Amino acid sequence: MKTSAIIHSFWLQKVGRLMLTLALVATLAFTLVNLSPVDPVTAYLGMDRMQIGQEQEQLIVARWGLDKGPVERFFLWTGNALKGDLGRSMIFNEPVTEVIAKRFLTSLNLMACAWLLSGIFGFVLGVLSGLYKNSLLDRCIRLYAYTVASTPSFWMGMVLLAIFSVQLGITPISGAYPPGTTSADATMWQHLHHLLLPAATLSVIGIAQIALHTREKMIDAMNSNYALFAMAQGDSRFGVAVHQALRNIALPAITLQFASLGELFGGSVLAEQVFSYPGLGKATVDAGIRGDVPLLLGITLFSAIFVFGGNTVADLLYTKLDPRITNRSEPL
Amino acid sequence: MRAPSISLPRVAAVTPIPRLTNRTRAWLACLSCITFLVMLFVAAALLGRSGLDIDFLHRKLAPSLAYPFGTDWLGRDMLTRTVLGLCRSLAIGLLAAGCSSVISIVLGIMAGTMGRRVDSVLSLLIDTVMATPHLVLLILVSFACGGGPQGIIIAVAVSHWPRLARIIRAELLQLRESEFIHLSRKLGKTPSWIALHHLLPHLLPQFMIGLILMFPHAILHAAGLTFLGFGLTPHEPSIGMLLSESMRHLSTGYWWLAILPGLSLVFTVKLFDILGNNLRTLLDPRTAQE
Repeated sequence: MKTSAIIHSFWLQKVGRLMLTLALVATLAFTLVNLSPVDPVTAYLGMDRMQIGQEQEQLIVARWGLDKGPVERFFLWTGNALKGDLGRSMIFNEPVTEVIAKRFLTSLNLMACAWLLSGIFGFVLGVLSGLYKNSLLDRCIRLYAYTVASTPSFWMGMVLLAIFSVQLGITPISGAYPPGTTSADATMWQHLHHLLLPAATLSVIGIAQIALHTREKMIDAMNSNYALFAMAQGDSRFGVAVHQALRNIALPAITLQFASLGELFGGSVLAEQVFSYPGLGKATVDAGIRGDVPLLLGITLFSAIFVFGGNTVADLLYTKLDPRITNRSEPL
Repeated sequence: MRAPSISLPRVAAVTPIPRLTNRTRAWLACLSCITFLVMLFVAAALLGRSGLDIDFLHRKLAPSLAYPFGTDWLGRDMLTRTVLGLCRSLAIGLLAAGCSSVISIVLGIMAGTMGRRVDSVLSLLIDTVMATPHLVLLILVSFACGGGPQGIIIAVAVSHWPRLARIIRAELLQLRESEFIHLSRKLGKTPSWIALHHLLPHLLPQFMIGLILMFPHAILHAAGLTFLGFGLTPHEPSIGMLLSESMRHLSTGYWWLAILPGLSLVFTVKLFDILGNNLRTLLDPRTAQE
């Protein structure tokens, strides 16, 4: 009874928090978009602007509700958004929700691959680096991590592109599937082949943070009393690391990985631009450059939900997986 | 009874390599970073704009002694373009980080001193800014400013302050409850005296370190935003612009257009990182004595 009450209050709190965050983000985003000097009609028509008459322009303005005041438009937009209608994207000429859903599925492949790769490799490197502190291996890993931290991810993508696609010719140059085919035609292998370089770009950068974090935790764990006790009982350093330290440092690493979804999203925007990968990140850039306001607002809201989801999973894992928190009697 | 005199081992008169303390090493690192950055700006002034002239006789040359960074598809010297672009990127990044740090110190002090209500409003604002991924916010703000260099500067400035503001707020809240401040107040010192003599010496190092460690992020994000096509025009070379132009020539094998300018950006950003971390060693009371 008591635990179910705690769980209920936890979810209520989370949902309330999400609603508040979304309301604030929506207000902020809408205000920003309205400040823009970019005229939506010009952005939509481009050079054809010269060719339309006064009445046609009036029709477009009325169709988009641009003749109403910003406050009225904001409430119209929020009302529709609550009903699940985020408007129509100008550049894709489809409902925003559909564009986001389709594009996100493409991006999801990329982000999931990069997320897993950087998580696994970063964790392993961090453990090795912390276990053999100040060795040559540790110094190499640290040098790598600190250098990568000051490397722009789009440049890393270009370097990989120049080496593997142009010089060696073993990976495709751009896109998510071979040119001339559609997403449905392409085989699983072709999808993976196109995914390889963008995912590698994101993980090469993403490894740094998780490796450095795990290294600190590993050093703490190896200096702890329980490690000392285990070694006094005759376990080797490596044995202590495997039997005791690993399960203590795995949890913070997983949590960190979930909490860094925002950076992953940002990284995918840049990586998708380099590899012309038709995902959500590319759509964000296109929407920003070509002035597609409904899509830009939709993506902003969606990315806020995405980041919030990552943070909530991180919180949940902490409470579920850590016995010290699960067994606490008082509510969180 | 006299103790036999002990002959002390002679200290070698000349040590081959003088042992440096951590502090000296940190000072040297800072000094060399600053020297290099000054040299970069001097080089930009000395090189002038002559390398930017279009020269169709020397197009698409690979790096050589005459053209250390090669030339581009219009025969412009890539070294000149890289140095000028680097200066431009640095200037934009530094300006943006400076503005951002002013925002964070004002809001941090407001949150730390003006009571619970202001504090909760400001922390809500911080949560909102941090709720979307950095890059989405950057794109939104630069769209709101209609692009251009000022769009990039404003975008970076309004998206980087929450971290430093939080540090300043936490430091202030901790200081307010500390005993020496209470004592000072009991001794009848005015709030402005306390602010000047007790708060400032604690806040200033935090602020300086936070500012310098903000530079790398600001420079990289400004370059990223330019790369995506928001802002700067091709006539004003910046590293982001250079790289986004060279994207079009990458698939035909002109690797030096992208690799070398990017490498110099990584190197410069790393210098700021080293500078910030060494200054932290020097200024942080916990490590300053080592």
